[in-house]
Amino acid sequence: MKAAARADSPRALLAFQRTLQRAITQPLGPGDRTRRTTAALAKEFIRPNDRLTALERIEIYNRMYWFRLIDCFYDDNPGLRAALGERKFERLMRAYLAKNPSRSFTLRNLCDRLERFIRAEPRWTAPRTALAADIAAFEWAQTCAFDEAAKPALTAADFAGTPPSRLKLALQPHITLLALRYPVDDYVIAVKKRDALRAEASNATGQAKTAKAVKKVSVPRAARTHLAVHRADNRLFYKRLDPAPFRILGALRDGAPLTRAVAAGGRSVKPEQVQAWFALWTELGWLCRRAT
Amino acid sequence: MPANAFNGHTDYGIGIGLRVPHYSHILERKPDVAWFEIISENFMVGGGRPLEVLDQILEQYRVVQHGVSMYFGSADKPDRTHLKKLKALVKRTKTPWLSDHLCWGSTDGRYTHDLLPMPYTFAAAKKTAEKIRMVRDFLEVPICVENVSSYAEFHASEMTEWEFLTEVTERADCGILLDVNNIYVSSKNHSFDPYDYINGVPAHRVGQMHIAGHTKFEKYILDTHDHPVLDPVWKLYTHATKRCGVTATLLEWDDRIPSFDEVHNEALKANAFIAEAKEAAK
Ligand SMILES: [Fe+2]
Repeated sequence: MKAAARADSPRALLAFQRTLQRAITQPLGPGDRTRRTTAALAKEFIRPNDRLTALERIEIYNRMYWFRLIDCFYDDNPGLRAALGERKFERLMRAYLAKNPSRSFTLRNLCDRLERFIRAEPRWTAPRTALAADIAAFEWAQTCAFDEAAKPALTAADFAGTPPSRLKLALQPHITLLALRYPVDDYVIAVKKRDALRAEASNATGQAKTAKAVKKVSVPRAARTHLAVHRADNRLFYKRLDPAPFRILGALRDGAPLTRAVAAGGRSVKPEQVQAWFALWTELGWLCRRAT
Repeated sequence: MPANAFNGHTDYGIGIGLRVPHYSHILERKPDVAWFEIISENFMVGGGRPLEVLDQILEQYRVVQHGVSMYFGSADKPDRTHLKKLKALVKRTKTPWLSDHLCWGSTDGRYTHDLLPMPYTFAAAKKTAEKIRMVRDFLEVPICVENVSSYAEFHASEMTEWEFLTEVTERADCGILLDVNNIYVSSKNHSFDPYDYINGVPAHRVGQMHIAGHTKFEKYILDTHDHPVLDPVWKLYTHATKRCGVTATLLEWDDRIPSFDEVHNEALKANAFIAEAKEAAK
């Protein structure tokens, strides 16, 4: 028996776990060659019993690993699934998960690199790559809006009591700003509504056919959209923004001092506009103190 | 054991898991429940509804933290950021003890999100015990480690699972969360006598028990937590109670979750088996 399979020292234990994890996380339904390699490895590490071979025992874990990830990926990306269709969505999922295994103690973060992956490997989503990337960014933003922190919000009194040059502002961690090529907010909301109706129809009649009759949601046409995805009273909201205030918020998010952030709005922005925007953002509780 | 050092000298009785579909029922109806077990990871977040609900629960109920990602048996070092988040939650909940599994599930920072069985070797026991001690010292709360259900056994193993559990917990001087259903599931999958298991663990270390339902397949049993507790598991629970004393017990129901009352009533069935165990002990 090789040292790894003996697990009789700290180093051997690490090698043992690395080898088994590789086998457990291997893509499902591999080709014959991979299956033969796994079978050999399973034999070396795992005892068969009177009902299951060593390979079959490792395959239980292999299946459970993928089902867990697939379930999570489906749950997190209903909009993307609708836009790409079942086959493309599944191919994208397999490609993404093969290159991006979970690096977090929680599956909440499973799709945090999905937008980047879609842009880096457009072949999985072509010709709808831009749309797919927008949707992935929007769906991830919802996860963040759901449970990222909300720090104490700055109030009008805070603004009144501090000279603007000394105000160190930041955006609430639960807010994500998205500059999109497609109005995916309306689209994803429509998809979710449709899915809910389908589930209801199929529950009521017990027939998948009735459920399918629920109206199709067509993919949106390109239209520049600036969006803030955020939380208020523990509910998610999507607020459309004009480009100028969007740029100011973006600068604040990136840590720019107040004057520079306001300048990012552009020359055509009037002081009374800026004042009105800040008043609104304060009311919404979007601004907080920057950690120093 | 009733109250011991491993459950913070508490005597909590019969609790159930706090699950999302029951949130509004619990908050609106305020049912009489001895305690709730929470999955720590679900609340290791920055804010939002999870933490708001938790705070409301904490105002009215006793809460114990149960984790699924500490991986005491993983050869990796524990992640500092993870531990800090967990400690913040421990301070928030004031959990009298904290449990997680005797298993591994990650290597090189990649997570399987599974509870994978250990090779039962002395080297693995020693390494695991060191990690438990380290985590306990950092978190400053008693720890109970839970036996997992498994579908594979390794050539490497130098002892039985219960001997391994004993070796680890003696070395770490920590408690045991005895999952009676997991013992039953593994005993069927690996053809051992579940009573040998229960008779083999150090009873004085048992700080909590788990009961749950499982699913039978043709060639193995899967620990699915989506059913009521099955009769042989109740029998085993009665035996475990006879051996360890009346211990804080929690029913796990994580999939196809029925109404709050159904889950709670299923958990409270334990009372009858506790009475039976007490009667037999007379
Ligand atoms: Fe358990």
